[in-house]
Amino acid sequence: MRKYLAFFRLRFSMGLQYRAAALSGVITQFAWGVMEILMFRAFYRADAEAFPMTFQATASYVWMQQAFLALFMVWMMENEIFNSITDGNIAYELCRPVDIYNMWFARSLANRLSRAVLRCMPILVVTIFLPAPYGLMRPVSFSAFLLFLLTLFLGLWVTAAFCMLIYMTCFFTISPMGVRMVATSVVEFFSGAVIPLPFFPDGFRQVAALLPFASMQNVPLRIYSGDLAGKEMWQAVSLQIFWLFALTFIGKLLNTLAMKKVTVQGG
Amino acid sequence: MRLYGKYFVIHLKSVMVYKTSFLLTCIGQFLVSFNVFLGVYFMFQRFHVVEGFTYNEALLCFGITLMEFSLAETFARGFDLFSYIVNKGEFDRILVRPRNEILQVLGSRMEFSRIGRIFQAIVMFAYGFAVSDVSWNLLKILTVILMILGGSVVFGGLFLIYASICFFTTEGLEFMNIFTDGAREYGKYPVCIYGKRVLQLCTFMVPYALIQYYPLLYLLDRGKAYYSLLPVVACLFLLPCLLLWKLGVRHYTSSGS
Repeated sequence: MRKYLAFFRLRFSMGLQYRAAALSGVITQFAWGVMEILMFRAFYRADAEAFPMTFQATASYVWMQQAFLALFMVWMMENEIFNSITDGNIAYELCRPVDIYNMWFARSLANRLSRAVLRCMPILVVTIFLPAPYGLMRPVSFSAFLLFLLTLFLGLWVTAAFCMLIYMTCFFTISPMGVRMVATSVVEFFSGAVIPLPFFPDGFRQVAALLPFASMQNVPLRIYSGDLAGKEMWQAVSLQIFWLFALTFIGKLLNTLAMKKVTVQGG
Repeated sequence: MRLYGKYFVIHLKSVMVYKTSFLLTCIGQFLVSFNVFLGVYFMFQRFHVVEGFTYNEALLCFGITLMEFSLAETFARGFDLFSYIVNKGEFDRILVRPRNEILQVLGSRMEFSRIGRIFQAIVMFAYGFAVSDVSWNLLKILTVILMILGGSVVFGGLFLIYASICFFTTEGLEFMNIFTDGAREYGKYPVCIYGKRVLQLCTFMVPYALIQYYPLLYLLDRGKAYYSLLPVVACLFLLPCLLLWKLGVRHYTSSGS
């Protein structure tokens, strides 16, 4: 365990170095957030009845999404890992007395967390002071806030575990481009990154809620604004825990399979 | 122009060597923008009308914007990766050749996999075209062509700005994404739905509205006739972009290799 913690610490402090990039990123995310909210406003004006969340909850969802972008975006995968598989550097990693899965997992968690820590604060601080329906609302209750933190972490874990599956398939396919693109767009849509899950039409929404993708950003972001509460909320949390174990299990399984037949490329 | 044709053929040939990989990335590109389309579809299932625009009309708008952007991206991809050229000091090589620098950068990279996206844009446009009750005439078809051309020029100009900034920072700046990817992303709806302020910005600062919103109004018989010529006006946007580029080239100091 200690060595994985060390990997985590190393990556984390490395990620904190890129402050100028983070600043530029924060500006971008503000602009995206503003446009997104303006878009929802137009639809809200068109037909407030049909709006499935309160407008304030939607605005909070958008801001939280921008603030914690780095935690949940599947396309932010590590090229280093892909490269090490395709160019054969993987050999060095295999020599180390560590488990590949755990090491990469620690690395992904650290990278995502460090990026999010750098970027979330300015967005959260500014948006909480924006005028009422457009800004970030305060959490509905203290218990909801605690649960938000917990599910935020669970969601991050599920996202990272899912990315591990993609890294692992790269052992079998070598060229990651195809799998990666398809996986990214599927996840993006079903996790509620394009439009939040409540905006999906009936029937489709219920199915989407069961998929692992719904256990990523969907749960914490909606718990925060109180949109997801009561029985439905507990179901979502238990589903998160289920997918966490399931994805990790499948990932480890793929890992053992891959290690048995690993071919070192290049030279 | 002949030189550009040569570049074009070379890139096409090099892509065709890896046919499967090319096909897969095309499909990937198609899927990625399919997401956005699905989002629009679901929103309209729920709301039917936004700011007086129906689903079919929005689709027409989305199709055109996507086509403008993808065309620009296919041909101006070299600017998108320009930070790499500056970083590696490859721009020195470009400068010593007795040809126009912009032409060479344009020719340094072409992204044919964007065909996936263009294909989708065509499908969406054709669908919007078929179901919308626009009464088509020659002038309107001409307007669409002008929109696509003008739009590609504006997006090309934005890529040029992005590249010019690299002269000063050697790194590409992430916030430029707002103007390129962001415009593609939010161009799925007519610009006016984002409110008056945004519409003004998009008319006078970066002329998105001139290539999307106003001509669209004309297509839908809601705007004045001169709206159809606004995409031509939008092409003037290229002038300040070129100026910035010239400034950048003068400012350029090699970063070595």
